[in-house]
Amino acid sequence: MAALEVRNLHKRYGHHVAVDNISFSVEEGEIFGIIGPNGAGKTTTVESIAGLRTPDSGSISVLGLDPVKDRAEVRERLGVQLQESSFPDAIKVAEALELYSSFYRDPADWRELMELLGLAEKHKTRYKALSGGQKQRLSIALALVGNPKVAILDELTTGLDPQARRDTWSLIERVRDTGVTILLVTHFMDEAERLSDRIAVIDGGRVAAVDTPEGLIAQVSPVQQVRFRVSQPLDRRVLTELPDVSNVEITEGRWLVTGRGQLLSSVAGALARAQVVAEDLRVDQRNLDDAFVAFTGRAPESPGPRQEEG
Amino acid sequence: MLTRMNMIKVETKLFLRDSATVIFGVLFPTGLLLGLGAIPALREPSPETGGLRPIDIWAPTALVFGMVMIAVQHVPAVVATYRERGILRRLSTTPADPRKVLLAQMMVAFASVVVSAALMISLAWAVLEIAPPERHLKFVVAFLVGYAALLGLGMISAAVVRTSSAANQTGTVLFVALMFFGGAFLPRVLMPDTLREVGEFIPPGLQALTAAWSAEAGEITGTAGGQPFWLQIAIMTVIAAIASGIAAKLFRWE
Repeated sequence: MAALEVRNLHKRYGHHVAVDNISFSVEEGEIFGIIGPNGAGKTTTVESIAGLRTPDSGSISVLGLDPVKDRAEVRERLGVQLQESSFPDAIKVAEALELYSSFYRDPADWRELMELLGLAEKHKTRYKALSGGQKQRLSIALALVGNPKVAILDELTTGLDPQARRDTWSLIERVRDTGVTILLVTHFMDEAERLSDRIAVIDGGRVAAVDTPEGLIAQVSPVQQVRFRVSQPLDRRVLTELPDVSNVEITEGRWLVTGRGQLLSSVAGALARAQVVAEDLRVDQRNLDDAFVAFTGRAPESPGPRQEEG
Repeated sequence: MLTRMNMIKVETKLFLRDSATVIFGVLFPTGLLLGLGAIPALREPSPETGGLRPIDIWAPTALVFGMVMIAVQHVPAVVATYRERGILRRLSTTPADPRKVLLAQMMVAFASVVVSAALMISLAWAVLEIAPPERHLKFVVAFLVGYAALLGLGMISAAVVRTSSAANQTGTVLFVALMFFGGAFLPRVLMPDTLREVGEFIPPGLQALTAAWSAEAGEITGTAGGQPFWLQIAIMTVIAAIASGIAAKLFRWE
């Protein structure tokens, strides 16, 4: 059974269609990323899974339960870290954790969680006095305090500095290693690429693609290029005969090899067999940004001020 | 049960950490009364008021001050903040019911009004020799329905405002209007009859509170055309019921 299954989800607000037929499923123990431009329908999808919105049509299953009909049971088992939600200014870290843990039937040990998230020293600090990273970690801790099987993390690292982002990422990987299935909503491509086992690209309320990060990149730019220089003479047939290679250009000792598949390792292997040393070896690396542009026709948003999202 | 106790515990701590509300909502009414009581002229018995001192007749206004402060300023501001900051939304993703948090918050706020009133009544008695409320049942009933009517108005404001700053502004306007009829700017005894009669319909019902506190003071602040005590109570009950109904109807969780 999939941990999370969304089938033919539709949701409109008045005349605005926020979600127009979204389907995907998340396997147990997976980190599943959702990326897409602002207004693509990410937040509506996530809010529907969390039971905060009732879909117009389609079905959602969280561990086999319906977020609307089995509301109480889903809330016991689903941890949620929401974008644009916070806590009272004057509440202290330990108080928030203790309060939230009392909501659940079988909560995690909140003191342990506080340690794990590096908040133990701040346990008497008021929410208002926490740094952005600490607030975010508290929010993650509160999403996990109910011992959830599935956790939704929406815009996890927005507003964090680079070090705090990397710390948060390794924390999420540790959480996944404890067996929690994670649905990660983000508009940071590096975050999605680093953490996700699979990614759904959502655009205009629809799923544009679902694949592994590498798969998405390969889908949009199957063509790869490797450049290098050689000091010794080399027969171009050494490379043109390789199945992955489609073209070889040589200009003034610079080689440009075009191909697909495992191009780099094929080329490197062939050069090694020919006992030729390549210098200045470079691969034209495509990344998730390129895939995002190809699927949505828009450039991914750079880290900056948060925007309203429907 | 554990959840409820925890919510009340946390809401109590949050209330106590909000020093402006503790000072103005809980301590200020007592301070105000003691401050005015320090003015000799207000402690002079007057034959026109049947030998009562101005401070005896005015004391219920200090009580109303604390009630209004908490019901129309503090509670709506907290509720609006909880909504604006997504605190209610966050809660509704947990097994806890966000309604319970609002209930816990209102219980704590009401407890603070009771503490504020008890403090004021006992210090007024000890320091200014103002006798404590003499008609116990009537006083408790007038206090409860009066507060309920105020809270109903406060919750309408909390239901319709979008932001916590809008809640504060609405709260201030309501506070000034209600405190006018509460006798903070012009003592009720000096108001023209029409205003006094209208005042019987304005929460929390200063006339009912005054009459329940001291029958003599009630006679002086009442008018010939005024409603009898239990009718005033009925009016407040109706206002409380209608206002809470409207607030519940209009309330938005997000």
